[in-house]
Amino acid sequence: MIIRRMFATPAFRWKSPYDELDEMRGRLAHLTRALSGESESRPEAGVYPLINVTEDKDYFRVRAELPGVKAEELDLSITDNHLSLSGERKIAEAGASAKWHRREREAGKFSRMIELPDRIDPEKVKAKIADGILSIMLPKSASAKPRQIKIS
Amino acid sequence: MSDIQVKQKQQAEATMEPTHSGKIFSPAVDIFETGTVITVIADIPGVQADDLEIDLRENVLTLSGKIRSRDGEGEHSVLREYDTGTYFRQFTLSEVIDQARIDAKLADGVLTVTLPKVARATPRKIAVTAG
Repeated sequence: MIIRRMFATPAFRWKSPYDELDEMRGRLAHLTRALSGESESRPEAGVYPLINVTEDKDYFRVRAELPGVKAEELDLSITDNHLSLSGERKIAEAGASAKWHRREREAGKFSRMIELPDRIDPEKVKAKIADGILSIMLPKSASAKPRQIKIS
Repeated sequence: MSDIQVKQKQQAEATMEPTHSGKIFSPAVDIFETGTVITVIADIPGVQADDLEIDLRENVLTLSGKIRSRDGEGEHSVLREYDTGTYFRQFTLSEVIDQARIDAKLADGVLTVTLPKVARATPRKIAVTAG
């Protein structure tokens, strides 16, 4: 990008002249995102629970926030490279005489199918739930791990 | 029972500038009261008892919980539908609370705080003797 300077005098700042334009561009993008009202351009499946999937060399890890759900109330199964997660979130009754100030937590059934990008080994999948966070560790199947090829 | 709908976590503006970086979320809460006790239930998955602070002063109840980062090294993100961060929420309580008997339980990422109300002085009938 070529920038024309209005004045011949050299700028006092030492950083490049593109910095200010970059900053303005970033702020404008942020403003349009905020005005459009959607969350930060994240692909939304729109199914409860929301999940984060990470991978490293040997494992996929799927995490979901499920506060108040116990292990017995969850149903997890694997078919091929599809992970099925379903269950029910229950909320304790408050009693007939209770007066509500706020009611933001929701209860109900949920059921979600998660497709994993690669082959996994269904025998070795481990899952645990602690502090309301479900963590599923899925070891990649041997064919999915990158294999080094020697060049002779 | 109907299915649960997806709700993105509410991100909150920090009332005071935080020294650490990271997002702040306002947890979903249920608040209800009976004749003797106010109960506050908050969804704070990922917070352990040591990282949770409950403060009550001048009738303002402050809940704040930190998340320990769970991503291991060498992991990179394939799909990210939710963010994690500190949970923070404040409430003004209209009733006077008996501070000595406040009880808080954290189980499965759900915090239940029971705040018993101070027993009000009951009106006493005064017998009038004819004299």
